[in-house]
Amino acid sequence: MMKRLLTLLAALMALSLPVSAQNGPLRIEITEGVIEPLPFAAPGFVPESGAARQLAQDIAQVVAEDLAGTGLFRQIPDSAFISQISSFSSPVQFADWKAINAQALITGAVDLQAGGRLVVKFRLYDVFAGQELGQGLQFAGTRDGWRRMAHKVADAVYSRITGEGGYFDSRVVYVSETGPKSDRKKRLAIMDYDGANVQYLTDSSSIVLAPRFSPTGDRILYTSYETGFPRIYLLDVASVRRRVLEDQEGTMSFAPRFSPDGQTVVYSVTRGGNTDIFRMNVATGQTKRLTSAPSIETAPSFSPDGSQIVFESDRSGTQQLYIMDANGGEPRRISFGKGRYGTPVWSPRGDMIAFTKQSKGRFHIGVMRTDGSEERLLTASFLDEGPTWSPNGRVIMFTRETQGAGGEASLYSVDISGRNLKRVKTEGGASDPSWSPLQN
Amino acid sequence: MKFVAKAIFLTSILGLAACTDAGRFGDDVYLNGGGAGVAGSADDPTSPLYFQQAVGDRVFFAVDQSTLSGDAQLTLDGQAEWMMTNTDYTAIIEGHADEQGTREYNLALGARRANAVQEYLISRGVAPNRLKVVSYGKERPIEICSQEACYSKNRRAVTILSAGLSS
Repeated sequence: MMKRLLTLLAALMALSLPVSAQNGPLRIEITEGVIEPLPFAAPGFVPESGAARQLAQDIAQVVAEDLAGTGLFRQIPDSAFISQISSFSSPVQFADWKAINAQALITGAVDLQAGGRLVVKFRLYDVFAGQELGQGLQFAGTRDGWRRMAHKVADAVYSRITGEGGYFDSRVVYVSETGPKSDRKKRLAIMDYDGANVQYLTDSSSIVLAPRFSPTGDRILYTSYETGFPRIYLLDVASVRRRVLEDQEGTMSFAPRFSPDGQTVVYSVTRGGNTDIFRMNVATGQTKRLTSAPSIETAPSFSPDGSQIVFESDRSGTQQLYIMDANGGEPRRISFGKGRYGTPVWSPRGDMIAFTKQSKGRFHIGVMRTDGSEERLLTASFLDEGPTWSPNGRVIMFTRETQGAGGEASLYSVDISGRNLKRVKTEGGASDPSWSPLQN
Repeated sequence: MKFVAKAIFLTSILGLAACTDAGRFGDDVYLNGGGAGVAGSADDPTSPLYFQQAVGDRVFFAVDQSTLSGDAQLTLDGQAEWMMTNTDYTAIIEGHADEQGTREYNLALGARRANAVQEYLISRGVAPNRLKVVSYGKERPIEICSQEACYSKNRRAVTILSAGLSS
């Protein structure tokens, strides 16, 4: 057993008094239209002690990668800089940054204090307005937590400029894959949203599938063949202790997801070849059957208010999406396009459903309104499936598998506008991502 | 946008650990799983190898279907007959799907296929308590190309014998 404990103490403090009263021109409205990425400059943060020199560079780099990685921002290379930032407290020469068209300027300082305490400060400037946007912030934590502090800086910048919540200080649980297609080894892994800090949560002796974070990110539901049959397990992230949640002889259980309050799990059970949806109170183990049909009902996902459940069913003859009350009842079909629709996931904002669509031998990740209108396909490939939403509902991560004998699964992300499709860095193959909420 | 000027302190404790636990696959001894090491001789009609090779341990399905074809029923007639003769064996019927489907749906589809085989064997006289079903969905393809030639081999239900157990 391997155990690692990371304690992070983050302190946010106001560093400056003047409050930026208006947004000025430094604002990205995230719309469906074409966006010209906003140019920003992020000079290396200023080391306030010799020991912090490397960290100061690394932290500024992670901040810049987070922002540029959204496709909404474009980093201006250091080689274009006219002036340098050598002190965190000196006045900024706005003209020098205007001249290189840096609309946003991020400055920072890093101090590694005795005892390993790491302190990161930053300021965000609206260059063309010639003032700070928001106030300087300071984060303090352990040296190990430096990437998280960088992500928090980037989240603050993103949030101030877009007016929306960030998603950089978040994690992804997924299935790590190794070995040939005919004998794939799978194990649960957890990583930062950008692929850093990978840790494995299970070994590869049993097939594991489709992990799902709890709403607070402290627990993970997943399906494992540990007993020889698919069963749902509940894993505590901190202790890595797990227990089987549903273990009825002669059945299979899979496709679990938490309710928004974390107290209920909705999942499917197969008995006698028929698959239906159930819910279970996690604390008491009490179950309730939500569907009762001879067709396949699976892949349930709660609405963010917990009142409804979207799921897939082939009761019409092909896989389609339906919404029912969280306690069951007559479902209403929401997908009517050509092709098959599966793996629906309700967006964190509640207004959209992400899904997998199969049509004409291709797979797509798409989104639609909860009434089925405004369907948009964001991707197309040999095999895309299993969308998961970023905490702010702007980005979707999913599994993409390449075809053929050497086919391999990877994680990809795409903006809900369909832009900025990119592969997420992982060690080896990866599938079935589930995005955590923003960390505290 | 407004920004709060007061200091806010956040504390978070992250505990992450990974542990390993030896894997198991029940206490069953699988005799014809995976092809390698199947017990017995192909010439011995009471051997699991004979069941696998001469009787045929698997049946195949059409795209997104769990209906048993005429060929499949013939194979299963043979399986039922063999199991009725060799009563020391129990079996797990594994249902599988090709890769052209979403993971959860394919698990459910594989279960339909395994169940179709189970019901057929029971209808031919095999005691229900000698049969169990499991679905692997698209997790365990036998053929790995991404063409129908492979898909048609992967859409299968395989009867895996297990010795000395009765439930």
